Amino acid sequence: MTAPAVRSRRLPLASLARWETLLVILLVGLLVAGTQLSRFFLSANNFANLTSSVMEVAIMALPMTLIIITGDIDLSVESMVGLAGAVLGTLMLAGLPLPLAIPIVLIVGGLGGWLNGLLVTRAGLPALVVTLGTLALFRGLANVILGPTVISVWPDWFTEFGFGTIAKSPIPYTLVVFAVLAAVFWLVTHGTWLGRQVVAIGKSKDAARYSGVPVASLRNWLFILSGVVAALAGIILAARFSSARNDNGTGMTLTVVTVVLLGGVDINGGKGSIPGVVLAVFVLAVLQNVLRLAGVSSEFQGIAVGLLLVFSVIVPQLARQAKAALDRARRGRRPPAGSMAAGEINV
Amino acid sequence: MPKTQGQPGMLGRVTGALGRSRELTLVALIVLMCAIVSLGAPQFLSISNLDQVTAMAAIFAIAGIGEAMVVMTKNIDLSVESTIGLVAFLVGVTLRQGDLPVPAAWLLGIGVGLLLGMVNGAVITVFRIPSIVVTLGTLSIFRGLVFIIAGGKEVNLSDLPAGYANLATDTVLGVPVFVIVAVVIVAIVGLLLWKTRFGRQVYAVGSNAEAAAILGIRSRLVTFAVFSIAGLLGGIAGVMWGIYFGTIYATSASGVVLQIVAAVVVGGVSIAGGTGTVVGAALGALFLALINNALLVLQLPQELLQAIYGAVILVAVSADALLSRRNKGQAAQEAAR
Repeated sequence: MTAPAVRSRRLPLASLARWETLLVILLVGLLVAGTQLSRFFLSANNFANLTSSVMEVAIMALPMTLIIITGDIDLSVESMVGLAGAVLGTLMLAGLPLPLAIPIVLIVGGLGGWLNGLLVTRAGLPALVVTLGTLALFRGLANVILGPTVISVWPDWFTEFGFGTIAKSPIPYTLVVFAVLAAVFWLVTHGTWLGRQVVAIGKSKDAARYSGVPVASLRNWLFILSGVVAALAGIILAARFSSARNDNGTGMTLTVVTVVLLGGVDINGGKGSIPGVVLAVFVLAVLQNVLRLAGVSSEFQGIAVGLLLVFSVIVPQLARQAKAALDRARRGRRPPAGSMAAGEINV
Repeated sequence: MPKTQGQPGMLGRVTGALGRSRELTLVALIVLMCAIVSLGAPQFLSISNLDQVTAMAAIFAIAGIGEAMVVMTKNIDLSVESTIGLVAFLVGVTLRQGDLPVPAAWLLGIGVGLLLGMVNGAVITVFRIPSIVVTLGTLSIFRGLVFIIAGGKEVNLSDLPAGYANLATDTVLGVPVFVIVAVVIVAIVGLLLWKTRFGRQVYAVGSNAEAAAILGIRSRLVTFAVFSIAGLLGGIAGVMWGIYFGTIYATSASGVVLQIVAAVVVGGVSIAGGTGTVVGAALGALFLALINNALLVLQLPQELLQAIYGAVILVAVSADALLSRRNKGQAAQEAAR
């Protein structure tokens, strides 16, 4: 099996390879810009900073990639980040040691994801509305649990895990977490039947169902996975800021979806790759760092992320339209509109 | 609509009747809630409290009407809260500098709202990109613009003309001005959707874009128009937001897109497109504003609010799905007979 399952049959393989090449070029360009802006840019310290600042987004982008490939979306992840921090902090204050509290928080994440999955697959509701509802619901639960309290006293080992690096190397612990998760997602998505089933769902749910893919249960499990990973991201965020507040993670969904789409995943489903998304994570991290070095304040970075999101969808769309126009020109005139689906309309 | 000949039972008949008219359901719910809450807190039904609630509900209803039109075409506009924030801030800054008289500043704000809506519509229709992606992007781009205009400073009530904030609670013949504005907009947009060719095109594009295209409807033009109108209404809501609160921060109206989409969904506009009314969306906005106010007067913790909104959205869409499934089942039975 040489061709990864996730590549579209309709587009030539080269065009997707080109998307990832584009990301590499973009990344190199940003790195060059960074070295021009500051001589500290390439320092080990800066590398540790710029990577650890996006690790929550990075790990949440992995399940989000699969969810968007199946044609769904999960907008609730940012609220699960807040809820996870709130539950973790509250359990700790109640006297539960963190090694026991962390698995409970991950289970809470799984339950939240299960609620999303259940409403989407069993009740047949659109993922967009369901997760918009749980976006409010999970944040609301975090508000109820924590109120205006900020929990800022954590064990040293925990905060060290949040922003520390392994034994004086420039590698943050959280990067290791991301690397392991990314490797697993990469292997499963591009090397196993599971990954092919995910893509099959994204291309056509009916066709997948008739081919024996357990569509509902697979979509359900992806939402559960997304919930668990978002809870893990919430734990990491609490550790990195050494604080649990009810507004932890607000606005993060935008960044997660941006990274996934920048990574070349089709918002309409059926297409995407994990390596692309991993590259996009680093493009985002370096871009944020370069903007900061250039003196752009963090508030304006929202504009940059928003523009990046819109352009990462416009560019492939333009390429697709150009290709379609080219095909039409090659094939001659396109068929008249009346010839398609005539008689299928019930007026 | 096929007539049912089976025995759906009492409960089935009641839910069926209510399901057919989401507006009636909401009116019943609103009356029921007012009754229950006023038992616990009589001041709930006082004139001053109702003026407050309806003023807030009017703002959300106007933004919700724009969102409802967008959702009817099977799209979504997540950027509307940033439009509201940007317009409110811009109008405030203009008045603080005293460059323009008040009505001109309002027109400027509404014009900027229209412009932002046109930007959304243009990017969505020209590049054929899903609206959720575009408006997720412009949600943060428009908010970024507010931060640029603000430069770290807020607009204070004292910067504004004297008595400016009173407009929010002014009444004409006992009816708050904000409510009159909302009712007029409901009437105009309602007639537009109900009585005009454009209105029928909006529903057609949302229920089956391909069929609409074959029938000669220029669906991209309709989509563009709908986003432009949503921007315009967002602009009006932004102006009213500024009047209502007086003090405006760069982060004002952050997160209210949830409440606006919730109003639309609760109002019976299906996210699958092609159905719903603006009256429903406006009633949905009123219902949510009442919930918000009920928590206040019953002295329940405000922290519950978001959780309740989330639950209300989920219950409303679940009910929609159940009812439409039952209707489909009945239609299928009828067809088989």
